Amino acid sequence: MSEQSAAGADGSGRPSGRLLEVDDLRVEFRTRDGVAKVINGVTYHVDAGETLAVLGESGSGKSVTAQTIMGILDTPPGFVTGGEVRFHGKDMLKQSAEQRRRIRGEGIAMIFQDSLSALNPVFTVGFQIAEQFRIRRGLSRSDAKKRAIEMLDQVKIPNAKGRFSNYPHQFSGGMRQRAMIAMSIALDPEVLIADEPTTALDVTVQAQIMDLLGELQRERQMGMILITHDLGVVADVADRIAVMYAGRIVEEANVYDLYRKPAHPYTLGLLNSIPRMDEKGQELRTIKGLPPNLMNIPPGCAFNPRCPMAQPVCRETVPPLLQLGHGRASACHFAEELVNRD
Amino acid sequence: MGRYLLRRLLQLVPVFIGTTFLIYWLVWSVPGDPFAGKCGDRGCPPNYRAMMTEKYHLDDSIWVQYASYMKNLFQGDFGITFGGREISDIIATSYPNTLKLAVVALAIEAVIGLGAGILTGLRRNGFLDNLVLVSTLFLIALPVFVIGFVLQWVLGVKWGIINPTVSNEMRFSELIVPGFVLGSASMAYIARVARTSIAENRRADYVRTAIAKGLPMRRVVGVHLLRNSLIPVVTLLGTDLGALMGGAIVTEGIFGINGIGRQVLRSIVTKESATVVGIVVVLVVVYLVMNLLVDLLYAALDPRIRYE
Amino acid sequence: MSDPSTASIVSTPPATMPTEAGSGAPTNAGLPESAKQQKPRGLLGDAWLDLRRKPLFWISAAFILLFIVMAAFPALFTSGDAVNGALERSRVEPSSSAWFGYDVQGRDVYSRVIYGARASIVVALVSTILTLLFGGAMGIIAGYRGGWVDAVLSRVADIFFGLPFVLGSIVILTTFNGSGTDNGEWTIMGLVILSLSVLSWPVVMRLMRSSVLATKEADYIVAARALGAGTGRIILKHLLPNCLAPLLVYGTIMVGSFIGAEATLSFLGIGLKSPVVSWGIMISEAQNYIRVSPFLLFFPSAFLVTAVLSFVMLGEAVREALDPKLR
Repeated sequence: MSEQSAAGADGSGRPSGRLLEVDDLRVEFRTRDGVAKVINGVTYHVDAGETLAVLGESGSGKSVTAQTIMGILDTPPGFVTGGEVRFHGKDMLKQSAEQRRRIRGEGIAMIFQDSLSALNPVFTVGFQIAEQFRIRRGLSRSDAKKRAIEMLDQVKIPNAKGRFSNYPHQFSGGMRQRAMIAMSIALDPEVLIADEPTTALDVTVQAQIMDLLGELQRERQMGMILITHDLGVVADVADRIAVMYAGRIVEEANVYDLYRKPAHPYTLGLLNSIPRMDEKGQELRTIKGLPPNLMNIPPGCAFNPRCPMAQPVCRETVPPLLQLGHGRASACHFAEELVNRD
Repeated sequence: MGRYLLRRLLQLVPVFIGTTFLIYWLVWSVPGDPFAGKCGDRGCPPNYRAMMTEKYHLDDSIWVQYASYMKNLFQGDFGITFGGREISDIIATSYPNTLKLAVVALAIEAVIGLGAGILTGLRRNGFLDNLVLVSTLFLIALPVFVIGFVLQWVLGVKWGIINPTVSNEMRFSELIVPGFVLGSASMAYIARVARTSIAENRRADYVRTAIAKGLPMRRVVGVHLLRNSLIPVVTLLGTDLGALMGGAIVTEGIFGINGIGRQVLRSIVTKESATVVGIVVVLVVVYLVMNLLVDLLYAALDPRIRYE
Repeated sequence: MSDPSTASIVSTPPATMPTEAGSGAPTNAGLPESAKQQKPRGLLGDAWLDLRRKPLFWISAAFILLFIVMAAFPALFTSGDAVNGALERSRVEPSSSAWFGYDVQGRDVYSRVIYGARASIVVALVSTILTLLFGGAMGIIAGYRGGWVDAVLSRVADIFFGLPFVLGSIVILTTFNGSGTDNGEWTIMGLVILSLSVLSWPVVMRLMRSSVLATKEADYIVAARALGAGTGRIILKHLLPNCLAPLLVYGTIMVGSFIGAEATLSFLGIGLKSPVVSWGIMISEAQNYIRVSPFLLFFPSAFLVTAVLSFVMLGEAVREALDPKLR
């Protein structure tokens, strides 16, 4: 077990060859009711061709991390107070607005949760896709239209040519999310961030969209960050999972390890709260209590008031994210015990 | 769309009849002899009386009067004044002046109001924002005649930059200050609506998407944000033309512009009832048609709106 | 969608814009739920907290109070005579003995300005109340009954709305208050009030109607109806409280604009008339002397503008406090 400093994957801060790294990121929201510490030292990375799932309840900071990576954090109220976001080893937070703009869409692209509000209601879907080819690639109107129709075709929208000139509200939810995906991959990004891409959809459509995303990710060898609160979605698609709680990563592991033997009581609680076929008739197990108030995070481990294993040390010392080997890490004082139990 | 248009046009009919009848009834039912004071001290000669009485059906009920007036109107006959002047002539000479004034006012409104609204909507809570908020409040609160007098006195009398009154040629340069006065309240209103609309839409998801697509800020604001935010502003501007023309009475009075506002005021005082009704009919038609056009424009601007 | 209303300051686009959910609500995606729920307060409590911190609110409220006291007890402010003057003092400039000087007929401008508050404020307040009551009632009936009642009432409102405001009141006032008539002071006031209200109620009706339409189908109203609550009870207990806030804001601003409208009518010579004292009359009388004695124009205008601004600013402050989106 090697203790790892918060300063970076190899401690020195030089380029590590990773595609995208978030390193000890800190973000707070300054509102008139007080300061909410939304992100408190998040560290994760994603490489080409792999999918990282970021799991957490609403308010855990997973979306805010994604917005910070994209550079679309609402400022105010959101302010980055520390850490780095490195793309190809370069800290994007220190880059000029123009440099960051060029990365958006081509380097890192994003799919939003609610496609109805994320697409501009007064422009056709085709226009909004073709726009990128025209503005970013300098294509002519007709060439851009051709490329946009190709993109709609790639995300398996039937009658792509006819759909080009439809407005967002004329699409069904699933089709609209496909269009959103087409828009995000239009410029061939290296990293794709999908922020709860299926939450707003019907269950049957959810699976189709996840399949499509997985397929596109494999074909294009993109690094994908899949943000979700749904453990079920994660299992099929993700390579690694990072679990977030109160603005920190509390556990990181590959899918298999995490499901088999969680190394953090919070993850354990999440897994236990999934209804299981073999436990029919039993009461659903939930995590007791509420997520912490981010303006007043409890001292020590943020999870301690809800943790069935909490000890006095949990109320005093913030547990660091410790490497446990096999690329897994946990921020629990009792991670060893959890992993070593049978 | 066609059916919607038809329905709207049918709706206009009762409103048109109602408004014009209301005015007709009010001006013709002015107590007293309609011929009093019209022909000097000796009173009007009987044949003149008989002629005008027949012309306006003064012996019949108000309904008959109104119906025959409307019948003539649709044949292009606005009637004549008691002095024997064609009312259509009066309208034809004064109407273009008011229209000119209203268009200048509208242009000033659009340029200044929109400019201020867009600037402050994008940068809220700065010095400029507060300045615009306070000054628009003033413009909304001040009665037109106060603004008109102050500007006329300061610019025209004290500093002598402008002519206190507008000449008969109605040069564009002379109309800038009166246009500003006439459009001042609407201008402030437009600035405020634009500001709120932009500030609300600025945080909209689709703006965020546009930024995430890596579009330059110029395009995000100029295409995605503005197109959405300006829909309510454009409709406001559209309905305003009719309101400006009807509201020009005070401005025309202050700056001595020979428009329909002044004509109508003069006609009311001299009890030229037919002239009043004729001018009001024209104003109401402009107002109703502009409203209809704006409704249709709405559908063109916002594809989510479908008229059934 | 026949009402993109120009006249109202209050009904910002949402009232007339039949858009879908899409454009609205800035998402606070990042802001954690728990942070927002910290202190549970109602909308009104929130608004009050917001208002209390605004100097603009306190300033305008203080001015309004001052004007109302002035209207009710003018003798508190001046012992001068507002109606009778001495011609030898005609247009004497302001001095330490008469702060605001004397007008053409040698009347004390200061006393006149003080006494002028009464007519302006009474006319504006009564017209506002009448407009709110009548327009509000029509709006509730149209919105709640729907169908042909709504259609008829809406067309009637359109008729009055289609009349240009100044033109309409000029016609009404000359008909009933023309040069040949000699109405008493109170009759003239009543006529001015009536003409202001008659031309303004459609705006209130539309405001109320859309607000009723928006809440009518809300689940809790449907539930109340399902539980057997009568129409009267639903309107009184459920609909009214919900629509009251925008109505109050609009009413406050309307008082301000009616003060201005009354002055405009008096200025045109068809509203209140001497011997009634009002700011509009004073401005109207002063306009002929604008070149030689501008102070005659200045003082009544200053009072008029301050009064109008106070009401408009108060309404604005309340509106901003009530609208969470503007925070």
